[in-house]
Amino acid sequence: MNSPEKYIKKCIRSMPPSGIRKYFDLINEMEDVISLGIGEPDFVTPWQIREAGIYALEQGHTHYSANAGIKELRKEISTYLKRKYNVSYSADDEIIVTVGASEGIDLALKAILEPGDEVVLPEPSFVAYKGCILASGGVPVSLELKEENLFKINPADLEAAITENTKAVIIPFPNNPTGSVMTGNELEEIVEVLKKKDLVIISDEIYSELTYGFEFRSLATFPEIRDRLLLVNGFSKSHAMTGWRLGYLCGSSDILKHVFKIHQYALMCAPTPSQYAGIEALRNCDYEVDSMVAEYDKRRKFILKGIRDIGLKCFEPQGAFYIFPNITSTGLTSDEFCEGLLKSEKVLMVPGTAFGEGGEGYVRATYASSLENIKEALVRTGRFLRGL
Amino acid sequence: MRELLDILEQNAKLTAAEVAVMTGLTEKEAADAIAAYERDKVILGYKAMVNWEKTDKDFVTAMIEVKLVPQRDKGFDSIAERIYKYPQVKACWLMSGSYDLSVLIEGKHLKEVALFVSEKLAVIDGVQSTATHFVLKKYKDGNMIFDGGETDDREAIVL
Repeated sequence: MNSPEKYIKKCIRSMPPSGIRKYFDLINEMEDVISLGIGEPDFVTPWQIREAGIYALEQGHTHYSANAGIKELRKEISTYLKRKYNVSYSADDEIIVTVGASEGIDLALKAILEPGDEVVLPEPSFVAYKGCILASGGVPVSLELKEENLFKINPADLEAAITENTKAVIIPFPNNPTGSVMTGNELEEIVEVLKKKDLVIISDEIYSELTYGFEFRSLATFPEIRDRLLLVNGFSKSHAMTGWRLGYLCGSSDILKHVFKIHQYALMCAPTPSQYAGIEALRNCDYEVDSMVAEYDKRRKFILKGIRDIGLKCFEPQGAFYIFPNITSTGLTSDEFCEGLLKSEKVLMVPGTAFGEGGEGYVRATYASSLENIKEALVRTGRFLRGL
Repeated sequence: MRELLDILEQNAKLTAAEVAVMTGLTEKEAADAIAAYERDKVILGYKAMVNWEKTDKDFVTAMIEVKLVPQRDKGFDSIAERIYKYPQVKACWLMSGSYDLSVLIEGKHLKEVALFVSEKLAVIDGVQSTATHFVLKKYKDGNMIFDGGETDDREAIVL
């Protein structure tokens, strides 16, 4: 191989490109597309948070912050986790403010994986896990989440997926793309499995605020596994702050002091004005968060009924802002369905296969979109189905 | 059913069936609740929010501070009624503070509003004084931003 590509290390070269890449190209040539393909809130960041960010800029908070994040923000994160989920992490040495929750996931994997280490990855799930595992030289081991189990982790399946090479398990609930959640009792069952195994648990709780008719429980509330649990969360979904790139990683100080080194050398710190905005977000924005959740909930009920009314089987999501209809009745693959729907009706959904092979037979639509868009998308999707 | 009212206050065009889905009521329950609210005047009406600035309609709006002499037994109510019954009065609030009524007037032009104030409003028994403030620009009303509101500039697909 003479191409300069040869300089790229193997695990990156062999990493498959994103499964939805072709949709980027297709959509670029189209107008008036209703996109239910976006994984971020349609709400703009609440004004008081933006205002706090602006004020931070006015005050000249434009320098690097402490590597782990502004102390005041870490204190707020600690207080917030205690107040909301009864989770205790010390602001001194158990919290790192990260550049989005995504950095937290990447940091955790980078810090723990030796080449060949296995990571149990429930699928379908967020596309970045697999990429981050591969980039760190790890081996993703898919744990299939099944619709018959309401896309929750089955303890026996989890136990079966763990081998002596397993270094970590990712627990991603509330789940993207299914919208599935796990109750406290269900978490207890998987903790029973996890506590017997010698591995790290990465709990991605980025959608913890977005649950409907369901009380979220954090995995960090289980003392049996706390020492080897890394908690990932952030501001993107809960406070509609995707573009600010602000998240946090929590864990025991013995683990975090090493994870911290990577963050320190690679990124220095999360954007400082964003951190000031984050303080306001956690301190004074419960009302704004609750209002957004209430709005998502209305749309959730609306789109669920709409999807069922047009003839698709659909599991009821209780978290995040996604719905994951089963499209096997159409006889199409997920990819055929999404490409057909986009080309004929200009509605964009994401094929379930983008989130792992277990996503075949499903598509992901988001209800982080205006009610008008959702209504119109349902009309068009219904027409698409009748035309099949 | 506060939730139902919140939903309709945001978007009155939703049908009872649509509201029902979002609130978890049956369609009939939602329709009955809406009918009851209409009957009880909890829901007073349904109107479009129009940005008249974008049309060729000529109009001016003024906010008038009115000081009143309260009447025995009736307080401010009967004077307020004499004022708000004029169709030119778009809104009328009893206020705390340095004046009593805040009256929103709309007219075709400045002179029409001025005449209304001097000939109709100021001469009502019990009206002690008025102060007229013309509205120069509406930025936000009824919880809606009139111009340059935020648009959805998200990428159509990410990752």
